Amino acid sequence: MAAPSPEPLASTEALVKRFGKGDPALDGVSIAIPPGKITGLVGPDGAGKTTLIRLLAGLLRADKGEIRVLGGAPGADQDRIGYMPQRFGLYEDLSVRENLDLYADLRGLPKSEREEAFGKLLDFTDLKRFQQRLAGKLSGGMKQKLGLACALIRTPRLLLLDEPGVGVDPVSRRELWAMVKQLVEPDQGAGRDGGIGVLWSTAYLDEAERCDSVHLLDRGKLLFSGPPAELTGRIAHRVFRLSGFGGGRRKLLERVLDREDVADATIQGRAIRLLAARDTQPPSPQALDAGKDAVLEPAPPRFEDGFIDILGGGPKGTSALAEAYRTIPESDAPAIEAKGLTKRFGDFTAAEDMDFTIARGEIFGLLGPNGAGKSTTFKMLCGLLKPSGGTGSVAGFDLRHAAAQARGALGYMAQKFSLYGDLSVAQNLDFFAGVYGLERSEARAAIDRSIEIFDLKRYLPSNAGELPLGYKQRLALACAVMHQPPVLFLDEPTSGVDPITRREFWTHINGLVGKGVTVLVTTHFMDEAEYCDRIALIYRAREIATGTPDELKQQAMAEAELDDPTMEDAFIALIEASDRAREAGEKQAA
Amino acid sequence: MGRLRAMTIKEFWAILRDPRARMVLFVPPLLQLFVFGMAATLEVKNFDVGLLDRSGGRAAVEFASQLAGSPNVGSVVPLRSEAALRDAIDNRKVIAAIVLDSDFDAKVARGETATAGVVLDGRRSNAAQIVGGYLQRIAEATGAVLRPTTTSSTGGSIIRNWFNPNLDYLWFTLPSLIVMIGAVSGISVTAQSVARERELGTFDQLMVSPLRVHEILIGKMAPPVAVGLINGTVYLVVAQLVFGVPFTGSVLLFYLSLFVFLLALIGVGMAISAASQTQQQAFLGAFLITVPLILLSGYASPIDNMPGWLQVVSLADPSRWFLEIVDGLFLKAMPAADVLPRIYPLLIIAAVTLSLGAWLFRARME
Repeated sequence: MAAPSPEPLASTEALVKRFGKGDPALDGVSIAIPPGKITGLVGPDGAGKTTLIRLLAGLLRADKGEIRVLGGAPGADQDRIGYMPQRFGLYEDLSVRENLDLYADLRGLPKSEREEAFGKLLDFTDLKRFQQRLAGKLSGGMKQKLGLACALIRTPRLLLLDEPGVGVDPVSRRELWAMVKQLVEPDQGAGRDGGIGVLWSTAYLDEAERCDSVHLLDRGKLLFSGPPAELTGRIAHRVFRLSGFGGGRRKLLERVLDREDVADATIQGRAIRLLAARDTQPPSPQALDAGKDAVLEPAPPRFEDGFIDILGGGPKGTSALAEAYRTIPESDAPAIEAKGLTKRFGDFTAAEDMDFTIARGEIFGLLGPNGAGKSTTFKMLCGLLKPSGGTGSVAGFDLRHAAAQARGALGYMAQKFSLYGDLSVAQNLDFFAGVYGLERSEARAAIDRSIEIFDLKRYLPSNAGELPLGYKQRLALACAVMHQPPVLFLDEPTSGVDPITRREFWTHINGLVGKGVTVLVTTHFMDEAEYCDRIALIYRAREIATGTPDELKQQAMAEAELDDPTMEDAFIALIEASDRAREAGEKQAA
Repeated sequence: MGRLRAMTIKEFWAILRDPRARMVLFVPPLLQLFVFGMAATLEVKNFDVGLLDRSGGRAAVEFASQLAGSPNVGSVVPLRSEAALRDAIDNRKVIAAIVLDSDFDAKVARGETATAGVVLDGRRSNAAQIVGGYLQRIAEATGAVLRPTTTSSTGGSIIRNWFNPNLDYLWFTLPSLIVMIGAVSGISVTAQSVARERELGTFDQLMVSPLRVHEILIGKMAPPVAVGLINGTVYLVVAQLVFGVPFTGSVLLFYLSLFVFLLALIGVGMAISAASQTQQQAFLGAFLITVPLILLSGYASPIDNMPGWLQVVSLADPSRWFLEIVDGLFLKAMPAADVLPRIYPLLIIAAVTLSLGAWLFRARME
């Protein structure tokens, strides 16, 4: 085994890439990808990750700066590069096996070597059982695994992975990670001259912590390069966990965030994580008026804390949106109710017997792997799908008899930006005010309010599709709450956005909830799950666990004997427990 | 009412601000006006005619000069023999040749009916037929009667075209173009509407709003109706002012039938759009429907020439009825009593396609 050579497999020097006018997509970026390691390329959507990867793969030409890939120019030695784009070019109408054959042809893998190579890859990706299945019929995670297998057909020296974790649930994401980790192990077959080098791009900041080294990109600029521990080391003594406090956590979070000596704070179950401002002592629980039992203790820093610190801290805690919002009247009736909701497509059951009630002023999360039924449940409740069985109600309106009234009482914000990109910001606001039946003067007032709260004035004539991501997010929220609905439906509202925008968003949501708004949210982001009051974990079309985040963690601790699990650990443990229970049941039946 | 207004305004913005939709709106009408108005022609101009003159007298010379003087004839090629004639036709030097027998002059002098033979290039049958018509008229002017030697029909009949006495092709094409443009833009603009929302991910946003289905549908139909009426108006004006095609019927009836025609098309477009997942599918779907719709209208080939079953199918084609109405209103001053019986079938077709579109939209909402 050769010692790892210090020479990186690929490197860039002061790289600049521009698309059209405006800010460059990449602005003076220098990175290095060493062999035998996983290098993380981390940053929110629009940071320039894909541009950088495409430059390395030789698909784009740089405007300025230097790129060296495998000792030459990019694109010179394509045979030794494995590249997996964000939406890998799988042919959905071909089977798994046929896709592999196709990429073997494209890559010129001799017929004699195929059986062995395919066998290894299929074992590696655990797709052997699905060889004959059409790629289009695979789950999101399996598609990514097949994509990876196709990128690995000729063992590459350099593997470029563009957001392999997107659209993949935590379980599959962990499996993918483990597979790639195995690839860079020097004792693997692939590992000659120090092993292959992997560039793994991701918008999930928690993935960054697992990389050997990280390049953090934001709006085309490189904010940090080095091992993740170096970044978290900078803030080692500034992260604290506040627990045991009395009163509402959201009210407390608002107070904490509004303080000058706190740079950032987030909710974590029944606790609050906070990052003290630079060169200050953290506030005492007494100063925060957190009750006599409140405990403030140091907590391990995370990569995201470091990111926020570089960006100069998070937004303040008071939401102007919530302050201008009406108070939703108190009521004993549940804001959202699902009673045995079931959806079947032909003989396939997408969601079965969903049962929960959500009270006024509660944030309720639907969590689960892709295709498990959380979106189906969500869509039934907001009226996009007709239930095959069971009943549901929103704001007291039965979905079967008063669907239009129910729709009038909810605000909806989807994961993808789903406003009219060709319409200007002003036209979008006008449209939503009109669609929700606001009278002329009411509409004017609501639009003016939105423009002021979300700082949209200078973008009013711009096409909504051309806004910076953070502003798209703001506009989407502005449109969703224009009519001050008592209930909000959020479908993965902050996936891919930068942590500052995400915090700003949740500050608004927390404020609205304080006014009595009820929120139903589907999410993949464990951070978002922590904001929920209660969560229903949905797996294989069934609700396998429902409770507060802390209860779910407790349950996971009991199931998997973990201590202090993260939300993601709990998620995985509960799913695995459900799998075991089902398999045991099937064995018994057999 | 506020919801419907917001929806309608949004739909207008959507097509006016989307470059692709704008293209569908304005490019095909302009392109077709240009192509049909300027380039494509059913007239035959500047054709060469051979003349095999075995007579050589005064009447023959007169005939030849009449021939050369005709504005449609390019040049008259003198031929010396049967072989030269065959050669000229075979090698496409001329499209037609006239044969004057040796007794041509003698017959004219005696006051008898003199005949001239015409050989036409049957390989170019359309143009040859038209050339034959021209030659016949020239011969009438010269006082001779032509006897075509290639066809069985004997000369002598005088054809007079009513309503379009000079068989000016523009008089026929431009009114028909209103039908074609209406069909193309009506279907394609509507076909994009729902598919675009699906593709861009705004469809769900629309469906969770308190908009009722009929409000969405009406909102989506307003722009294509407006576009169709505007295009129709432009053509109505341009046909008369620029191309000098007379409009002899009732303008009110024109707009009434255009409106019903557009409704029928929009129903078709909505059905395509509701069934499509992407704009590309909608585009292909619109193309797939529009072409047979135009072919069956009777514009490209007369409905009487179609096989019987196809004639029955064409009864369901809205453009067939509207084409009859437009031709009638432009050239024949078609009275209401004749227009209305053609609007009723259009109404039935519109009711069917609109119901189909609405039904598909509802069925594909999930």
